[in-house]
Amino acid sequence: MLKYIVKRILLAIPVLLGVSVIVFLIMRVFSADPAPVVLGQHATAEAMNQWREANGLNDPLIVQYFNFLAGALTGNLGESYYTHTPVTQELLSRFPATVELALVAIIIAAVIGVVLGVISATHKNSPIDGLATILALVGVSMPIFWLGVLLIIFFAGVLHVLPSSGRIDPLLQPVGGTGFYLLDTLLMGDFEAFSDAASHIILPALALSMYSMAVITRMTRSSMLETLSEDYVRTARAKGLKKRRVDIHHALRNAMLPITTVIGLQLGSLLGGAMLTETVFAWPGIGKYVVDSILKSDFPVVQGAVLLIGVIFIVINLVVDVIYAYLDPRITYTKEEG
Amino acid sequence: MAAATLSADADNARTPQTDPTTPGGPKNAPTSNAEKSESLWKDVWYSLRQNIPAMVSLFVILALVIVAIVTFVAPGVLPYDPYQQDLSASFQPPSAEHWFGTDQQGRDIFCRVLIGSQISITVGLLSVAISLVIGVTIGAIAGYKGGRIDTVIMRIMDMMLAIPSILLAIAFMAALGRGIDKAIIAIGFVSIPEYARIVRSQVLAVRQSDYVAAARVIGDSDAVIIFRHVLPNVTPSIIVRATLGISSAILDAAALGFLGLGVQPPAAEWGDMLGRGRNYIFAAPFAMIFPGLAITVTVLAFNLLGDGIRDAFDPKARKR
Repeated sequence: MLKYIVKRILLAIPVLLGVSVIVFLIMRVFSADPAPVVLGQHATAEAMNQWREANGLNDPLIVQYFNFLAGALTGNLGESYYTHTPVTQELLSRFPATVELALVAIIIAAVIGVVLGVISATHKNSPIDGLATILALVGVSMPIFWLGVLLIIFFAGVLHVLPSSGRIDPLLQPVGGTGFYLLDTLLMGDFEAFSDAASHIILPALALSMYSMAVITRMTRSSMLETLSEDYVRTARAKGLKKRRVDIHHALRNAMLPITTVIGLQLGSLLGGAMLTETVFAWPGIGKYVVDSILKSDFPVVQGAVLLIGVIFIVINLVVDVIYAYLDPRITYTKEEG
Repeated sequence: MAAATLSADADNARTPQTDPTTPGGPKNAPTSNAEKSESLWKDVWYSLRQNIPAMVSLFVILALVIVAIVTFVAPGVLPYDPYQQDLSASFQPPSAEHWFGTDQQGRDIFCRVLIGSQISITVGLLSVAISLVIGVTIGAIAGYKGGRIDTVIMRIMDMMLAIPSILLAIAFMAALGRGIDKAIIAIGFVSIPEYARIVRSQVLAVRQSDYVAAARVIGDSDAVIIFRHVLPNVTPSIIVRATLGISSAILDAAALGFLGLGVQPPAAEWGDMLGRGRNYIFAAPFAMIFPGLAITVTVLAFNLLGDGIRDAFDPKARKR
């Protein structure tokens, strides 16, 4: 097992390097010169050249890449062209917001998705199964940002029950702590701030969770249908166990393996969706920061953020693989596998 | 899927015998091959026709394509000029005159949603065409050649898959600049690995089969084997993947438009219309509701059609 984990980590290294090359190539080779955008159209050629020199853009590409890589390895992702603050620091300060949103979203998606999937599998071809199927289909077909807009229009515009943007009332914002507002406010015992933070996270988390919820529902349904037709389920029923007990203890437990994998992989893809959700809800996370930086051609930020998200994505996939290997006793990772 | 593959397998297994260079091959074999493959597509079409959601979706898609073509060829059929600004008429709510209301520039949203189909359909089809051609080719090469070529190609694909596709597309757009042509390239490019993986895994399975060995024995070149014997077997999976791929391409294009990385004004694109309406979300919700509805209906139609085609190719689902 340990050997397998080490092997997977070693295999991830070239992928990570490759991701850094792809990111670098896109931002430095395919893109136009950022100097006129950052300095404005009226800047003199001399000023632009000076700026390029100062930002290392006149160096040969290969030198630029190794500078970028060496920096990234030591946690230095360069400076923003505009604010001159270190990109690493900017990303880290926004990281908890994005992770908090993604975690709440995946919890919503997993709970509702698994429950809906189980119900529609155990009540196959019933109206509730049909409803779950339609919900799952609409969930994967609806743009995340449009769902966000609809939620804002309804809950903030029509009902006035939930805030439409931001993370917390600025007056209630916890100082210091972990940066995870739900956790910080709870630890400080400030329930007013906690409920404010919770009310802010509901809509974006719901919008973000929709796609994953649909995928998890479909996966749970098909996985459950498979285990429900197994011999051991029939045996359990034949010996007179209650239906609910068979459904949960025999069928669902065995169906959980692929479901867990899907839930894990969805957590990774939530990070991609976070850009759109954060933009709709003005959620101060990495996603919104990247989008804002793209619109301003702030390349070091974009480069650093894409790299960071890529790394997280790879790490999550790695963890999911390892958990899968751990959960399934049938899988033994010998030399030719993995 | 199994029936499709089996039936196609049978066709291909016979191909070496029917080769004109092989003496003694049954003369009527080519006709029987053609009949066989025709009957596969007939079967698929028959079972697709029984699938009501898929047929409704096909109808919706055809209607959209017709709308896109008609509004492109004869924009005069639209009740209003979708580009004509009239600031005195901005943000009029839906009425008998303006079914979907007007946007901030006083343009009729219904007309803009209609011509928005041009861009969505174009992006969907062209970007899938890009990823399909490149993905299938390199997937087939990787699977068929194996060894080091396979390792290198698939590692590059892994690297691309390691970045969420929408993020990669956004990074591309940031670098290339706005424009629908660039969106097509960006979206097409980021989906290449999905096709490459599907084709590679199927080619790996087919490569070991007897009829491929037979083709090699009679001296067919690698290219002939890949394109005549191997790829036809992979076609069903590719068709399903491509239909579903169009829906995700339309979603991605809308996301780029929404973030302000899509079309140049005054072009009408559904995601872009949504993004522009954002500042007036409470004053004019209709400016965002209708373009979003258009995206959802279109994507849903392609998803349902893709599911339907997959079931139609699957003999187990067909019998149900």
